[in-house]
Amino acid sequence: MGSAAALGGAAASGLLPAWAQSNGAANLGGLRPLSGQAFDLTIGQSGVRIDGRQGPAITINGQLPAPLLRWREGDEVVLRVHNTLDEDTSIHWHGLILPFQMDGVPGVTFPGIRPGETFEYRFPVRQAGTYWYHSHSGLQEQLGHYGPIVIDPAGTDPVGYDREYVVVLSDYTFEGPYRVFDRLMKSSDTYNFQQRTVPDFFADASEQGLGRALRDRLMWGRMRMNPTDISDVTAATLDYLVNGHGPADNWTGLFNPGERVRLRFINASAMTIFNVRFPDLPMTVVQADGLNVQPVEVGEFQFGPAETYDVIVEPDADRAFTLMCESIDRSGFARATLAPRPGMTAPVPPLRPRPTLTMRDMGMDHGTMGGDAMDHDAMAAPMPAGGGMDHGSADHGAMDHGAMDHGTMNHDAMRRGATGMAPQRHDHPAGPGVVNPAEAPVSRLGEPGAGLEDAGHKVLVYTDLKSLEPNPDMRPPGREVEVHLTSNMERYMWSFDGVRFSEVVDPIVFHEGERVRLTMVNDTMMPHPIHLHGMFFDVVTSETGDRHKPRKHTITVKPGEKLSVDITADAVGDWAFHCHLLYHMHAGMFQVVSVLPGDRHESGAAHDAHASMPAMAGHARHGGDH
Amino acid sequence: MRVLFCPLAGVLALAAGTTAAAQTQADAYYPPEEMAEARAALRHATGGARRFYFRTDRLELRDQRDDEQVLLWDVDAWYGGQVNRLWLKSEAEFSLEEDAFEELEIQALYSRAISDYFDLQTGIRHDIEPDAGRTHAVLGIQGETPYWFEIDAALFLSDEGELTAGLETEYDFLLTQRLVLQPRAELSWSADEIPELGIGSGLGSLEAGLRLRYEIRRQFAPYVGVEWSRKFGETGDIAAAAGDRTDNTALVAGLRIWF
Repeated sequence: MGSAAALGGAAASGLLPAWAQSNGAANLGGLRPLSGQAFDLTIGQSGVRIDGRQGPAITINGQLPAPLLRWREGDEVVLRVHNTLDEDTSIHWHGLILPFQMDGVPGVTFPGIRPGETFEYRFPVRQAGTYWYHSHSGLQEQLGHYGPIVIDPAGTDPVGYDREYVVVLSDYTFEGPYRVFDRLMKSSDTYNFQQRTVPDFFADASEQGLGRALRDRLMWGRMRMNPTDISDVTAATLDYLVNGHGPADNWTGLFNPGERVRLRFINASAMTIFNVRFPDLPMTVVQADGLNVQPVEVGEFQFGPAETYDVIVEPDADRAFTLMCESIDRSGFARATLAPRPGMTAPVPPLRPRPTLTMRDMGMDHGTMGGDAMDHDAMAAPMPAGGGMDHGSADHGAMDHGAMDHGTMNHDAMRRGATGMAPQRHDHPAGPGVVNPAEAPVSRLGEPGAGLEDAGHKVLVYTDLKSLEPNPDMRPPGREVEVHLTSNMERYMWSFDGVRFSEVVDPIVFHEGERVRLTMVNDTMMPHPIHLHGMFFDVVTSETGDRHKPRKHTITVKPGEKLSVDITADAVGDWAFHCHLLYHMHAGMFQVVSVLPGDRHESGAAHDAHASMPAMAGHARHGGDH
Repeated sequence: MRVLFCPLAGVLALAAGTTAAAQTQADAYYPPEEMAEARAALRHATGGARRFYFRTDRLELRDQRDDEQVLLWDVDAWYGGQVNRLWLKSEAEFSLEEDAFEELEIQALYSRAISDYFDLQTGIRHDIEPDAGRTHAVLGIQGETPYWFEIDAALFLSDEGELTAGLETEYDFLLTQRLVLQPRAELSWSADEIPELGIGSGLGSLEAGLRLRYEIRRQFAPYVGVEWSRKFGETGDIAAAAGDRTDNTALVAGLRIWF
């Protein structure tokens, strides 16, 4: 690995911003990011070098990732964005609370920035924390058009640290995102090279018995679903990057043993959910999506595109530590190193076996087990990944029931539901874009994500997150809007409520000042990082009066999950609302949320502010009318 | 330098009592015609884009047991979005001995996704060979059945009034992530006897093949295989009476590509 590090040094070309360069050069304390209040950002066609291979890129000021912008809470910033491309472009300031006409989404909040033109963004900085910015035009983002933002708090930072690094995770394809997207549209399993094969079948049959293996294959075959559809884009075409560096380039951040090192993780990838861990170094999560949380120590976390976590690590040994960032499907990884001195490396652990989908991911609960949490956990355990993996066979009981008695199981699930309530309704168009709507979706906020159920160490779950500051708006929601995440993987169709954005007629309307509960039901078999521009989600991790619910700009909704977030509609304007898996958005999983000025409309919140939650549940379906 | 940001316009618009309309609120800050154009572009790009697809499901050389060598193609292409498409399909057999097409047909079909896994297709088929000039109206379905059988079934009504039907099905067994064994079957049926084509009424022929392809890339897969065909029923009787073979076997080698 020593030679890989040397290669990394050589590959740190001029394209990498200083803060993203390896070794000593990466020390934030010794380097100056772009800071101040006025910035010139030039977007242009460029190139990038990853693990020694050259490819095309769209960069900002010639850098990939784009320059780190360092602002101070309370300042007003001016950003003059110059477009030297021969196509339109844009910059969206992800997670920032700002006037909607500065939000940077072509066709929603502004017309876009034409070739050769300059657009001036100007807005007050009303928050602190780790954020990022990226193109909202076509698939430009995956070509390199993304960069980090760090906003220093106006007051004292509650997080103490001796040193900090921004860690931008991303994915890059030498094929080019437009070609990859085109191929997925034509054949959605183009990049899945972890499918179940005939030899896998025989391996399963010898392990579990022929009958069980066959029933399992028949069950998935009958649904025309593939249990290995974990990621639609994989390492077959993606290179996974840390601060623009491939695994061989090995981005390295330095530390002195005993220091508290703050790592600001940003998932700036287009299509990759990452599992992030140091194999031998616990992380204390102190911030999520830019907002401080009560410290929680974990061994690993999974996060989707656009999510950010700030963690503190305290490496006290005089040796290197590997940062391992597996893609969720375990087809590849990004890797970096924290080391006391340049050139030091630590072993890179092998990729763990890939997870497969379970009945829980299909939104089918298991009525016969009576809703006991332990039983659910057993059901969520991964099925054996082809040959080789040795899981306790008891875990597969749930699958087996599903296979043997599929129809009956559905009825059970529908009668009982996940929480003993009515079966899940689907008041949206079906048609060719909707496959296998979840019959009994459940909250999975307490689950770590695909493949991490048996990680052997503590993995962050959303219910671990507690806002450090009390939530600013404790009103109960006045009404509920339910949105279903829908897809047909075979046709590569992705949408909200069964309607691709190209066919959508009406936006989702909020009224200024109202408190809305947004409930999302994931009818697909993939996790979706859902992002609403302009307003934070108060994630409903518990009912009644919790003043420390986590607040996020992006939340990953797991397959077969139903979860709720509360939103204070205080930002008048039109806002993008979409899946942050770039191709899913591009394929149609996109909507506009229009927050209309309150003085022209009755505010639901004013009337229903004291409505109790049980009463509200009865009105839960009214939102499905778009 | 053109600066689009114009807060004054927004303030004026609101002061003038312009009702904020959902989804067009940016019109208060930017030229409404530019916004309309950008909205239309976003809408089209976000799920509405059309594309072109081409595939050689089979493009192969056949070495038949009757010592004939035949070049066969079974190609299709489409243009359109996720729901509505124009399909072109063509099948041909070209005899290397006779240096002539034994069969050459082309179909142009409007295709619409009617359910999660099936497309309804309707249009015309024109047979250039054999018996040049026959044209058919086509009504078919194409898609994926439960358990992953790919099927293409169609009814054909010719300009001579003959009703025929064809059913094709394929299945993929993944031996490895790239080595795929594909059984394939094709069955033909006719309502009427069509003597000039050697077709009797009822089920007329079955072709069954087994192809092993290696996906160097998903889009580029050479293959080898065997194909067996048999004429039976009245069609078989007609062939036998004419002294032709009623069954045939061929070794095939070909290329499956798509883009």
